[in-house]
Amino acid sequence: MQHFIDAFKFIGRNGEIPGQPHFTTLAYYSLGTLKITVIAMAISLAIALPIGMWLGHLHRGSFVAINLGNIGRALPSLAVLAIGVAFLGIGLKNVLVALVVLAVPPIITNAYVGVEQVDPDLVDAARGMGMTGLQVLRRVELPLAVPLLMAGVRTATLFVISTTTIAALTGYSDSLGEIINDEASYHLSGVLGAAICIAAMAILIELVLAVVQRVMTPAPLRRAETLALPDELIGLKTMAA
Amino acid sequence: MNPPFAAGGPPVIIPTFGSPHQYACERANGLFCLGWFKQNWGSVLWPALRQHVVLVLIAVAIGFAISMALALIAHRYRRAEQPVIWFTSFLYTIPSLALFELLVGVPGLGLSSATAEVALVAYTLLILFRNILTGLRSVPAEVHDAAEGMGMSRRQMLLRVDLPLALPAIIAGLRIATVSTIALATIAALVNNEGLGVPILNAISDSTFKTELIAAGGLAVLLAVAADALLVGTQRLLTPWARTRAA
Repeated sequence: MQHFIDAFKFIGRNGEIPGQPHFTTLAYYSLGTLKITVIAMAISLAIALPIGMWLGHLHRGSFVAINLGNIGRALPSLAVLAIGVAFLGIGLKNVLVALVVLAVPPIITNAYVGVEQVDPDLVDAARGMGMTGLQVLRRVELPLAVPLLMAGVRTATLFVISTTTIAALTGYSDSLGEIINDEASYHLSGVLGAAICIAAMAILIELVLAVVQRVMTPAPLRRAETLALPDELIGLKTMAA
Repeated sequence: MNPPFAAGGPPVIIPTFGSPHQYACERANGLFCLGWFKQNWGSVLWPALRQHVVLVLIAVAIGFAISMALALIAHRYRRAEQPVIWFTSFLYTIPSLALFELLVGVPGLGLSSATAEVALVAYTLLILFRNILTGLRSVPAEVHDAAEGMGMSRRQMLLRVDLPLALPAIIAGLRIATVSTIALATIAALVNNEGLGVPILNAISDSTFKTELIAAGGLAVLLAVAADALLVGTQRLLTPWARTRAA
């Protein structure tokens, strides 16, 4: 129990170790974790959303889109990081590539399924109104796909956050994983403090994404949903970390 | 990078490697040294792979037994569900590195396979419990009525109706639990010095020996994909009635 009290004291001191005043602050590592998560997610979304939505719109490539998700889920993050080190060396580039490799499959799969499962009658009606393919995608299929699509984005974000801690094992030092991986310097209280920060950050981002999802969902489709946290947190360990 | 744990763990089972001539071989083709792979398959990679499989099988088996028991209790007494979900979700949100370090400090565990197994089992519980319970609950009420009308006892109904119909959901849970345990077991190498994580971590700290990184990392990926495929196959064999629908 004392460890947990010390962990909160560690957070309160912003990660400073008494007697060792030159340590990098907890805020720095937290911001580093947040930064790399945001960058990796921005790249992954830019790659995965257009592909998944377009395949779903065309109703093509279901085998690829679904199995990509299954294989992606099976990829061990440490293995991906390790193979990446062989090709790209240690550092930010390798970590970013690994994070994108892990985040892209669930986003593609969910975007595909979300758009693909839209009622064909609705699409027919939209076409009958004279909408072009792009208009159908943007104004009919996309709004209806939001719940599934966002579920993929939320899962991927949690993979990415948890993998940033594993990245510390491959020598990447600008995230909270650096503290978790360095018990010798930070002691168990520091490790627990950093772990609490990671968990808090995951829950916070989850809440932000839940709000984003609500805003993106067309008003008539919004139901009084509760924020099902445990459901989404399933993603945290799915790909491994 | 500092080593996460102080020395004094179990004896090193897998030899350290990366002698100069091996690096020379790698330099020759820049990335992968097939000679090293062949030479070290029997002494390094195969034992690591075997340890990894054993580690995962034990963890998933224990996790499955615990989850099944909890799910059966929650199936009968609805009130038991929420506390289990809360507890297992809490376990699930702990970053794995932190959980391993926390458990190493527990008296009686230390740097051992037991520590690794406890953590791995802890992470399987949420997924398995939820999937088993969801599967059991999704049995249609009419099917229950029919079984009752046939005079089945509660026990017969569970064994001959509920569990078989829950099988797709249970195996879906086993798939996720297995692949995530395979992944987490690479990180568990820090505490038990076993499995594919050992050569991976070795090769990273040993001025990134590429051949070993690719070989051990590749084996971990292949193992996870193969285990996933195996479980899909098992499901198709066990639930012939569901084959017409998407697996």
